[in-house]
Amino acid sequence: MNELRLQLREWRDAVRKRLPPWWNRGLAGAFILIGIVLPFFFPPNSGFMNATIIAVAYAVMALGLNVVVGFAGLLDLGYVAFYALGAYSLGWFGSGFLFKAHIHVLVSPVAGTLPGVHLNFILILIGAALICAAAGVVIGLPTLRLRGDYIAIVTLAFGEIIATLAVNGQSIHIGGGMTLTAGNLGISAVDTPYFPGIGSFNLLNLRPWYWLIFAILLVVLFVNLRLRDSRLGRAWIALREDEVAAVSMGIPLVKTKLVAYAIGAAFGGMSGAFFGTYYTEVNAAQFQFGFSIFILAMVIIGGIGSIWGAVVGGLALGYINNYLIPDVLNDLPSKFGLNFQLTQVEFGIFGFLLVIVMVLRPQGLIPERRRRLELTAEIAAEDAQLAEAPGTAGGAT
Amino acid sequence: MSPAGASAPPAPAALRAIHITKRFGGLDAVKDVSIDVPQYGIVSLIGPNGAGKTTLFNMLTGLSRPTQGSILFGERDITRARADVITGYGVARTFQNIRLFGAMTAVENVMIGHHARMRAGLFGSIVKPPRVRREERETRGRAGELLAYVGLREAVFGRLASQLSYGDQRRVEIARALASEPAVLLLDEPTAGMNPHETQALTEFIRKLRDELRLTILLIEHDMKVVMGVSERVTVLDYGEKIAEGDPDEVRADPRVIEAYLGRQE
Repeated sequence: MNELRLQLREWRDAVRKRLPPWWNRGLAGAFILIGIVLPFFFPPNSGFMNATIIAVAYAVMALGLNVVVGFAGLLDLGYVAFYALGAYSLGWFGSGFLFKAHIHVLVSPVAGTLPGVHLNFILILIGAALICAAAGVVIGLPTLRLRGDYIAIVTLAFGEIIATLAVNGQSIHIGGGMTLTAGNLGISAVDTPYFPGIGSFNLLNLRPWYWLIFAILLVVLFVNLRLRDSRLGRAWIALREDEVAAVSMGIPLVKTKLVAYAIGAAFGGMSGAFFGTYYTEVNAAQFQFGFSIFILAMVIIGGIGSIWGAVVGGLALGYINNYLIPDVLNDLPSKFGLNFQLTQVEFGIFGFLLVIVMVLRPQGLIPERRRRLELTAEIAAEDAQLAEAPGTAGGAT
Repeated sequence: MSPAGASAPPAPAALRAIHITKRFGGLDAVKDVSIDVPQYGIVSLIGPNGAGKTTLFNMLTGLSRPTQGSILFGERDITRARADVITGYGVARTFQNIRLFGAMTAVENVMIGHHARMRAGLFGSIVKPPRVRREERETRGRAGELLAYVGLREAVFGRLASQLSYGDQRRVEIARALASEPAVLLLDEPTAGMNPHETQALTEFIRKLRDELRLTILLIEHDMKVVMGVSERVTVLDYGEKIAEGDPDEVRADPRVIEAYLGRQE
């Protein structure tokens, strides 16, 4: 078993050495190209396109959570809060919900005549990112003096506060007969994205939606990659490893942690705003605690701290949740004469998957380079110990 | 590298603690201690285990705040300053039980030490304009130079800190402290766990640091050979109180010091 592993590693290194220097760039280019042309292979309103759009939006969220959990090492169990805030940003600024106001900026001619606040989707996206970044700082502040599990508890509570606020917001009057949220009734009839020259998006043709969320993914991916290899990224790892030493080396604790929270929150908010318009309503019932865990599971299955892991984890769970279980395998149990549908046990399936990954591949599907190095170092140390133990290595040294 | 990095800092670098006390509950871990570290001097802090040496270090570097008294770095009062700010002013330290970032390579560890001297912010990190690229490149280069300076073999520069030998870890920690371009360097038991040969080499290295980099050095040390060999002044703590101070020979002859170390003669 060990020999096999060593042999595989040797081959992998040999392959890596022969790759041309432009390999990484080429790979990235191919990834982008495939991403762009993908919708042409599927009908524009197929279930698969729908699942793909949701999966990519999940990947954006996973990338955001990965900054907080993976880079900075702060376990966040309330990430759904930023989904909610992002979605409500869209609800407030891209629908007739705030009906007393008449503000229109770069929206479709139809929306331009309606009451309420109607901003262009890109503006809402930026606004959602800023609102969530501010909220991220607010949630970050009380966790600064805490460590490990205690951070998780505070963030969990924050997620619940926002979720409860979303449900009960319909009783919070903000003047003029308007309320803060529409609770479980949902803010409906939200604007679809509109771009001058392209027109309004509609749900009969999902391709533009896909390209929009794919573009958001690319932006978020780019920011992630840049941050990982920057002064800030290094500081996060240092804080994660040893707070006291990091502070003694000149890293400002408060600022560095809050930046991680703010960035992670901003990405969650962007994805949330997209979901708001894509689902055509913002309903408090969407913001359940389970969703925080769902996103966290993506990060863990992909490999904590790994950017490509978060993407793969997000896509994988997105497809399983929205395509594989409901569309492909849903009536599988009935074929075996069982009287239930697979969607009824989907949380059980996710739990099972999580356990399988933790048992077979605890470092995640695409482990972060650093963690992989640590792991191989441990294996090497074990090997060395085995070799030194008398009677096993034939006393070579 | 910025020009300020190469030349000695212009400000007077002496570190002073003035009547500082640290109280934990009912216990005075450090009690009314004053200590003066003259510029470009090498001062040792000695004392039995639990005498309050590391507590004093923690106060000098901002990791904990004195209950009473004040700390001056040059003309500046740093009593209430945060640890990272103090590092920015020019006080760097190592730790008794090496605290490297295990999941980072030797070079990355040293680059962290340079954090306070770098300027790239959130925006710069994402956009990566030429000045950020240059800063990153120079920091990496400088980290390599520092690792070579403290005597690390180039072959292990890219290795994870947790995989390095004990002696190399000590070296990386000193390089990391030097990367912050300090005026004052605080070494907490730098020779702990070293053999006599390594200890000898380190003693010479400490002197070299002072002479070549124009540093002011304060060290905690248990090895009397090192203390007597390298330091110009020695301060002795016992049960949180300063019981003696002076040049090595004076301190060695002081009856209270002998008593603290060997116990009272009946």
